[in-house]
Amino acid sequence: MCVISRKVTTAMKIRTLRRHINESFKSLGRNGWMTFASVSAVTVSLVLVGLFLMVMFNLNKIAGDIESDVEVRVYLDQSITQPQQTALKNDLKGIKHVQSVRFQSKKEGLNSLMESLGNDKKSFSDLQKENPLPNAFILKTKKPEQTIHVANVVKNLPNVTDVRYGKGTVEKLFKFINIARNVGIVLIIGLLFTSVFLIANTIKLTIVARRREIEIMKLVGATNAFVRWPYFIEGLVMGVLGSIIPVILVMVVYRFAYYSLGGNLQQMFIKLIPYHTMTMNLSILLIGIGALIGVWGSLSSVRKFLKV
Amino acid sequence: MDDVILMQNVWKAYPNGVMALNGIDLSVKQGEFVYIVGPSGAGKSTFIKMVIRELKPTRGKIFINNKNIANLRERQVPYFRRKIGIVFQDFRLLPKLTVYENVAFALEVIEEHPRQIKRRVMEVLDLVGLKHKMRSFPDQLSGGEQQRVSIARSICNRPPVLIADEPTGNLDPETSWQIMDVFRRINEQGTTIVMATHNREIVNKIRHRVLALEGGMIVRDQQEGDYGYED
Repeated sequence: MCVISRKVTTAMKIRTLRRHINESFKSLGRNGWMTFASVSAVTVSLVLVGLFLMVMFNLNKIAGDIESDVEVRVYLDQSITQPQQTALKNDLKGIKHVQSVRFQSKKEGLNSLMESLGNDKKSFSDLQKENPLPNAFILKTKKPEQTIHVANVVKNLPNVTDVRYGKGTVEKLFKFINIARNVGIVLIIGLLFTSVFLIANTIKLTIVARRREIEIMKLVGATNAFVRWPYFIEGLVMGVLGSIIPVILVMVVYRFAYYSLGGNLQQMFIKLIPYHTMTMNLSILLIGIGALIGVWGSLSSVRKFLKV
Repeated sequence: MDDVILMQNVWKAYPNGVMALNGIDLSVKQGEFVYIVGPSGAGKSTFIKMVIRELKPTRGKIFINNKNIANLRERQVPYFRRKIGIVFQDFRLLPKLTVYENVAFALEVIEEHPRQIKRRVMEVLDLVGLKHKMRSFPDQLSGGEQQRVSIARSICNRPPVLIADEPTGNLDPETSWQIMDVFRRINEQGTTIVMATHNREIVNKIRHRVLALEGGMIVRDQQEGDYGYED
């Protein structure tokens, strides 16, 4: 009965796929310069995206490393009594955002200080006899941004002589990372949209040239998917081509950064993301983004030509 | 039901408010040959676009091959189009493809097997008398020959119905007769033909059923009718 709805074969035949691939490469060649322009646009965007992500990933990792280390040291009055100390500990625990409170006796404090001094500790061995360090509580907050707030509260508690945290450095680092992240994201989104637009435009040109062909295809019963395939492949190819140079560049730049800079940073207890992890992930990401922009650009420009 | 085309109370209003069709009722049987005539703006184009599902009716039902295409989903349109042949005034051939390729294109697009394609293309080119020109390009052909290629393409899917919108509109009288001869042959094979035309000579000479459209309505439905207008 139902003449129209012939069974739809979902699996594409190989010769059909071959036809689509042929068609798309033919068209890419025919519109050589526009293809070149679009691929270049993708390249430029992805180079910037790649470099930005390279820096951001590392900053994030460094920040993460430092974050987990950020603590607030609360130095106690030497004359504090045991009950006062217990009361203070409970007060500290009661402060919002405080995750843990650990007591560090003056002796422990001295030991850890000596350890960090390394070879120079001999000249301070006198201190063992008369320890000038006060007892302290070491606080950890749930989130590193909260250290500043917590420190300010603690400062005003009784029997507290001093409060220390990575003041300044921590604040500046977070501020910097946040600004960098926001500026970068805005910039990148802008660039990506430009690339999508350029690809869409290139594809549109090729479509206008093939408009009649699409019209006829639809007339003789080609499905939308059939019409769309070559353009899909075209966009994909342009996007992936555009990601080649960025991927190579990221590999080269990161090799340089990691091996020349990495050594210096290690003395500052900062570790960069390992070379292979970084380049592998970033390459996949860049190729993925390239493919996505290409396909998005091409399909968005085919859509309106399909209504025949 | 052996209606190839069945229209029930079909209305079409364009978004700008123009009423192009005002309640069309129509039945076309298998194997019929029907002329659609009428002055410009009478609704002929809308009628054709409706039958090939380029437009949806505002109201009413249109059965083509017993399937109501008024509520056909967008996804099903391609499969519907494979069951109708369409011929236009301007041929709509691809200039960069040869005659053979132009016809084969219609079968490639629906993913027909290559061996079938070859056999069928030769068959239809033979039917329209252009087998010897299969390697030519459209611009090397006369208008009549181009139209015959387009007819060959339209019937290569063996559609039960062929819709022709002014197929002789761009052709001189002599060539027009050749086209009509091709249509006769196709019609004799059992294919229903619906042809919108302005060609008075043809309608009056080769008598078939005539449907006259005026103001979006069928004002005349006459077996072996004449053209009936003086333009």
